[in-house]
Amino acid sequence: MFAPVQKILDLPNDSVKKTLAVAVALCLVCSVLVSGAAVVLKPMQDQNKALDKKKNILEIAGLMEEGKSIDELFSQIEPRVIDMSTGEYVTNVDAVTYDQRKASNDPKQNIQLKKENDIAGIKRRAKYTSVYLVKDGENIKSIILPVHGYGLWSTLYGFLALKNDAKTVVGLGFYEHAETPGLGGEVDNPEWRKKWIGKQVYNDSGEVMIQVIKGSVSSGTPDPEYKVDGLSGATLTSRGVENMLHYWLGKQGYDKYLDNIRKEGAK
Amino acid sequence: MNPETKKTLVEPLVDQNPITLQILGICSALAVTTSVKTALLMSVALTVVTAFSSASISSVRHHIPNSIRIIVQMTIIASLVIVVDQLLKAFAYDTSKQLSVFVGLIITNCIVMGRAEAYAMKNGVKDSFIDGLGNGMGYSLILIIVAVFRELLGAGSLLGYKLFPLTTDGGWYQSNGMMLLPPSAFFIIGLLIWAVRTWKPEQNEEPDFKIHESHVHGSAEVH
Repeated sequence: MFAPVQKILDLPNDSVKKTLAVAVALCLVCSVLVSGAAVVLKPMQDQNKALDKKKNILEIAGLMEEGKSIDELFSQIEPRVIDMSTGEYVTNVDAVTYDQRKASNDPKQNIQLKKENDIAGIKRRAKYTSVYLVKDGENIKSIILPVHGYGLWSTLYGFLALKNDAKTVVGLGFYEHAETPGLGGEVDNPEWRKKWIGKQVYNDSGEVMIQVIKGSVSSGTPDPEYKVDGLSGATLTSRGVENMLHYWLGKQGYDKYLDNIRKEGAK
Repeated sequence: MNPETKKTLVEPLVDQNPITLQILGICSALAVTTSVKTALLMSVALTVVTAFSSASISSVRHHIPNSIRIIVQMTIIASLVIVVDQLLKAFAYDTSKQLSVFVGLIITNCIVMGRAEAYAMKNGVKDSFIDGLGNGMGYSLILIIVAVFRELLGAGSLLGYKLFPLTTDGGWYQSNGMMLLPPSAFFIIGLLIWAVRTWKPEQNEEPDFKIHESHVHGSAEVH
């Protein structure tokens, strides 16, 4: 059985036949190795990814507790899918498995943004988006909205959590970005993230007011409830965060949906 | 351990260090040294890839046709890198997210290719494995030294533990933002090379060109 293999191995190294044989054999062995690793490890990687997303949502909503498993904590959160054009819940899509990031790259499920509307620099977005509701029995306690937008080097992906009045910030955080560590990367700094808590994103007439200012908010700053300190040395990342919120909270974004929540809350 | 093997393993640490003597693998040394944790993981990943790729290339070295030599080496290295990347994603997800593309870029790291071409193609499997291990460790050593400086001076912490409380958090240490940017790694590597060559002057290279002194023999020859 090994005779033909031996015959090929005995050929001079630089003969055409042996070159081809070595190339084919190498490709076969390497592809088995690579695809084997990918297939065997896939379930663990998927689990890590799903867990990571849940962990981010919990952290941003301020629901992380020591000693409790992520799945246990996540049971108080209800994922839903909404239609951005109407702001209504969509029922024919499975909210648990809906992948908004995949959908925003699928021409059937996304819309291209006009340049003048695209202040967050994202070019396209999914027609349907995920929202996560933190519930206490039947009542909504807070609403977690996925947001993303361009900073200096990269698109920042994160979540904005609002109270049930749909305008007070519970938390803002990013789970994926590639901004400069130490400068724009400070969007991950827990101290900075704390500064967002309690800020108002809308004024009473429903305009998006939230602002990331240069320098820091002091006692003399007018309207401090709409303002958050900029990141020092990271003007473009700070501006990116502000533009992103203006986009996602504005008419192109969750405005209609949040409006519905406020009306229902008033009933 | 016989002295020859020991030499293969230890020499790349200082005497033949791939970064400070051969000036290879600088790009990743700039990119992943902002924190010690990422530098450590990158070091492990690169050492594993170099050792195993050298060993596997050495094991087939008598049958590699010369005309496709480099492609064969690349394919073996790339496959190993993908496997390492997959393993990291499965077992060290958070850190693999920080390392992002740099694990994939081990494929193009000159150290891995350099060892395959310079050593593994001519030596036995065991020696090649040890050579890969030694060079990986030489790279790791420099990476970790650079990362310690950058993380400590740039963020006031080591392995994520706060050592110097930052002024932004109400402490006394004003962090040096430049340390977190790539150029600072150039400075630190440069200073390291200076230090190593002062310690071991035999590493200094002969200049490529020398300006010869011209000899002037008396005024009669000057026109």
